[in-house]
Amino acid sequence: MSELAITLLRLGYLVLLWVFVLSTIGVLRRDLYGTKITARGGPAKKGRTPTPAGGTAALAPPTPARRDAAPTRLVVTEGPLRGTTLPLTTSAILIGRAPSCTLVLDDDYSSSRHARIFPQGTGWFVEDLGSTNGTFLDTTKVERPTPIPPGAHVRIGQSVVELQR
Amino acid sequence: MATVTPHRVRPGRGVELGLLVLALGLGVAAYALVGLNMTGALPANIYGYSAGMVALGVGMHLVLRLRAPYADQVILPVAVALNGIGLAMIYRIDLSTVDWEHPTTFATRQLGWTAIGMILAAVVLVALRDHRTLRRYTYTAMVVGLGLVLLPLVPGLGTTINGARIWVRLGGQSLQPAEFAKIALAIFFAGYLVTNRDTLALAGSKVLGMQFPRVRDLGPIIVVWAASLAVLVLERDLGTSLLFFGLFVAMLYLATERKSWIFLGMLLFLGGAALAAQTFSHVGARFDAWLNAFDNDVFNQSPGGSGQLVRGLYGMANGGLFGTGWGEGRPDLVPYAESDFIVASLGEELGLTGLLAILVAYLVLAERGLRTAIGVRDGFGKLLAGGLAFVVAFQCFVVVGGVTRLIPLTGLTMPFMAYGGSSLLANWVIVALLLRISDSARRPAPLVTGFVAPPPTAADRQDTQMLTGLGEVRE
Repeated sequence: MSELAITLLRLGYLVLLWVFVLSTIGVLRRDLYGTKITARGGPAKKGRTPTPAGGTAALAPPTPARRDAAPTRLVVTEGPLRGTTLPLTTSAILIGRAPSCTLVLDDDYSSSRHARIFPQGTGWFVEDLGSTNGTFLDTTKVERPTPIPPGAHVRIGQSVVELQR
Repeated sequence: MATVTPHRVRPGRGVELGLLVLALGLGVAAYALVGLNMTGALPANIYGYSAGMVALGVGMHLVLRLRAPYADQVILPVAVALNGIGLAMIYRIDLSTVDWEHPTTFATRQLGWTAIGMILAAVVLVALRDHRTLRRYTYTAMVVGLGLVLLPLVPGLGTTINGARIWVRLGGQSLQPAEFAKIALAIFFAGYLVTNRDTLALAGSKVLGMQFPRVRDLGPIIVVWAASLAVLVLERDLGTSLLFFGLFVAMLYLATERKSWIFLGMLLFLGGAALAAQTFSHVGARFDAWLNAFDNDVFNQSPGGSGQLVRGLYGMANGGLFGTGWGEGRPDLVPYAESDFIVASLGEELGLTGLLAILVAYLVLAERGLRTAIGVRDGFGKLLAGGLAFVVAFQCFVVVGGVTRLIPLTGLTMPFMAYGGSSLLANWVIVALLLRISDSARRPAPLVTGFVAPPPTAADRQDTQMLTGLGEVRE
């Protein structure tokens, strides 16, 4: 064989060796990480809209106007459930200790059926359901159904919830 | 805030097949190049050789598809590639034997051992459905391991080759039982440590920022230290003794996460090594050949001189950056170029570039073993996979370190490459065990069926919303 062919084969073999090694490393790179981490960006996912049950068709819930200002979710900002979000749909949200509530609080300072947050017209209202310790919109005690202004804090026992877009 | 989803392992083994083609190509190309460069023609048995290697590799691949579908996809191709490159180098050393009347046939025998090794690996994969079964045989493994280590001392059975009594002659073949003992001892250490790690890890007093174990908990490490010293004294084998002690210290560290064990292990090892170098002439000679390798007296001293070491170094220097090419160098000038000094032979013919690629391949193999240890869910599997990966990596370090004069030369074998049946069989069993453990490490966890919700009715919708709401996390 010519000197050139020998040199080419010699270097070709080294290239093949490195192709093999680098492709195993390529497999490792994909396989090395046990978990995938995706940053949460963009708008929050919309919750499923429940279809009204048969008998309540006459009392069709009022659809809140979908303006930009309309809040889309309820966020717990303080208390044991801090960080929890609930999508705001067309149905009311019941908050309390009872397991049947939408947002179940594990909180000795809240009542079993403590408060209700419901849509009416273009806004959302909070109503105290006769709780022992009361519901507060920012600092004022909620006596009757009260509209929730944007950015207001609703305090229920140790928890604070907020409506966010 | 972010969501963390576990990486899903896809069950297909296509990646392995692709890498296997490359790995087999490496082995066959090396074999063909040796023939072309040394005799000017392809080796006579190149087609039979290729067919055999392909059949073995694809056979293992099929066994994995059937018996361990989630097993790691990189381990098998890397082992096949290293085995193939080693075979080609052994064949090359065979061709350059001066004595044409009685040419050595190391390559043919090594090919036979490769076949037996891969079949043994397949048998292990088929027979062992769950690696946790091995934990039941913890103390059996201890007895078997110690028995294997002591086997060469049995009169009439053991033979002394080159001063080391680590060989057993069985039916015309000489075997090195210590190679198998390391697997048995890894199983024993894993089973023992997974039961006793709490006492070894938690009790003890803190000195200089390191937590030291209580004196009475030092028992096991002292026993293993004494046993490996006994191997050194009775069998005169520095490598095996070093391997067992290193394996135990590494697994202790894996089990307890306490650096003090490594510190104590190093201290005991240095003490033992200094003692051995003072007491035994053959260990002292190794140190002398390492420190004063280029002295004329030491170089010419035989046996126990540095001639082999220095010739290997000059061989690698001759290879340079890109090597001389397969069959173009003179690695056969070094004694034992096909076994102890196969790394120097490869360094000469493939150069630094090729040798580094080979070392990276070993690194990948060890990394896959350690990754398996991280991924597997049971403590015994973690320790066993970690220990076996450590054995492979440690052997590489000791051999390459010895050949490149970083540490004194010891008689360990380069896994998969060096000529030797026992070593090849044992390493294929290690690969089979790692594949078995990685299968259970990467198998998707069974679905958790704790809470079964009734189908949602209109009244339940709001509760369902609550549950989905709880799963979300605030930004």
